[in-house]
Amino acid sequence: MSRISTDQVKHVANLARLAITEEEANTLTQQLDKIITFAEQLNEVDTDHVEPTSHVLEIKNVMREDVAKPGLPNEEVLKNAPEHQDGQIKVPPIIE
Amino acid sequence: MSLFDQKVSDLHELLHKKEITVSDLVETSYKRISEVEGKVQAFLTLDEENARNKAKALDERIGQADEKGLLFGMPIGIKDNIVTKNLRTTCASKILENFDPIYDATVMGKLHQAETVTIGKLNMDEFAMGSSTENSGFKDTRNPWNLDRVPGGSSGGSAAAVAAGEVLFSLGSDTGGSIRQPASFCGVVGMKPTYGLVSRFGLVAFASSLDQIGPVTRTVEDNAYLLKAIAGHDEMDSTSANVAVPDYVSALSGDIKGLKIAVPKEYLGEGVKEEVKQSVLDALKVLEKLGASWEEVSLPHSKYALSTYYLLSSSEASANLSRFDGVRYGYRSPDAQNLLDMYKMTREQGFGDEVKRRIMLGTFALSSGYYDAYYKKAQKVRTLIKKDFEDIFQKYDVIIGPTTPTPAFKIGENLADPMTMYVNDILTIPVNLAGVPGISVPCGFSEGLPLGLQIIGKHFDESLVYKVAHAFEQATDYHKQKPQL
Repeated sequence: MSRISTDQVKHVANLARLAITEEEANTLTQQLDKIITFAEQLNEVDTDHVEPTSHVLEIKNVMREDVAKPGLPNEEVLKNAPEHQDGQIKVPPIIE
Repeated sequence: MSLFDQKVSDLHELLHKKEITVSDLVETSYKRISEVEGKVQAFLTLDEENARNKAKALDERIGQADEKGLLFGMPIGIKDNIVTKNLRTTCASKILENFDPIYDATVMGKLHQAETVTIGKLNMDEFAMGSSTENSGFKDTRNPWNLDRVPGGSSGGSAAAVAAGEVLFSLGSDTGGSIRQPASFCGVVGMKPTYGLVSRFGLVAFASSLDQIGPVTRTVEDNAYLLKAIAGHDEMDSTSANVAVPDYVSALSGDIKGLKIAVPKEYLGEGVKEEVKQSVLDALKVLEKLGASWEEVSLPHSKYALSTYYLLSSSEASANLSRFDGVRYGYRSPDAQNLLDMYKMTREQGFGDEVKRRIMLGTFALSSGYYDAYYKKAQKVRTLIKKDFEDIFQKYDVIIGPTTPTPAFKIGENLADPMTMYVNDILTIPVNLAGVPGISVPCGFSEGLPLGLQIIGKHFDESLVYKVAHAFEQATDYHKQKPQL
């Protein structure tokens, strides 16, 4: 039985904001199915009483003083923006 | 004979005796690049004018009071996922083809303090996802030992440029083996430090719980100098560790009498080429002669490391790479009529196949209904993999095995099936999952291609890892052999 369908792949592509083609959807279905099937070997491992690890070092809640610092100058913010106007980053229409 | 056949400490002395200049060192780089870069293709961007100007400015200050440190004037190459102010940084991705950073990574700030000279930016697998540098959006880098072979990856440019003598040393990054594996394939020394030892601020994030920047060099001693220069706590990276950085070079005594080495049977098992195993067994004999002893041990969860790694690293990558949306920087698709299409088309057109595949895997593993079964499960198995290492380090000082199961493979050989490419990293991935330091040092040849010995230590025990690596290096001459280009 396959672990992931082409419809699921298209749904995930939408979540990931990728405009994949029909051909990519088919290839990715096969490839992801193979990877996920392999990864299901983890089900062999008993993890009932095991805590998850997110970072290996025991560092928690790193705080700093809440001091205001100057932000980036406008020209630096806009330096790499693909499109800008009147000191603002411009994007295509959000509401049509 | 190139100036780069000498160690940093020797070059430093030559500078001070006025036998050479910083400009000589920088020209050594660019001359070699002009000779061999057409074959090796390690660089994405060169910074010739700035490097030459800096060399001239440094030359005026040799021997003066404000000239300090061994790395003064040394030419370095930087992996292209480390942001460099006003020097194009692409991550070898079309989506960042024209990205001109407005700030320096913390490691670049530290190198500026040490007054190294940046020669250029080095090729890699796109966003550091890959084991061969074939996933670069721009070019294939070639292995200097055999131009039909890959240099490894993802820091393929970093390793190839050092092996080819284009730079004295370089920085790479290692998420699942991306410094050690190319170092092994190219016959150079590559260190992945303890997670948190080197600031990740300004390293374009792939998998934030695994990524580390580290040095690629020709000798262990140079590696230790370079790590010392870039390590240390950074308030801009809240995951960086607040620990003192020791003087690694002072640990290089050559004395490893009484050292207890663990050799995991899983690292000499199925899939590991016979000559690779033999080179490790030979290396252990060398270390025994120096007074060390070794025993076979087991890291029982090793076989789950690959699955754990791909689920976790891809999940983290899917979140980290959401920032590439065509709004604030990078490529923007010209074809979209509305914002949602702009996001989707920009990412579809800007990312390469492997990056898309991992974003898809990660988005799936994190999606509603699958999170517990895949992502959280993998985080729990990670705990067990980490514990395997902790158990071994109760009794042993270091763990030793091969860096890679085979020497460098042919360009194109592993491209068809992502899984065969992933298997390349089975011996390096567990080290990232456990967060411990690991180094690869040259330990032999197979079919004229270099092999690497991996030495793994406890958290923040880089000094001992370097000591063992250095003792081995001094007792052998693999590191003295150079590729013929």
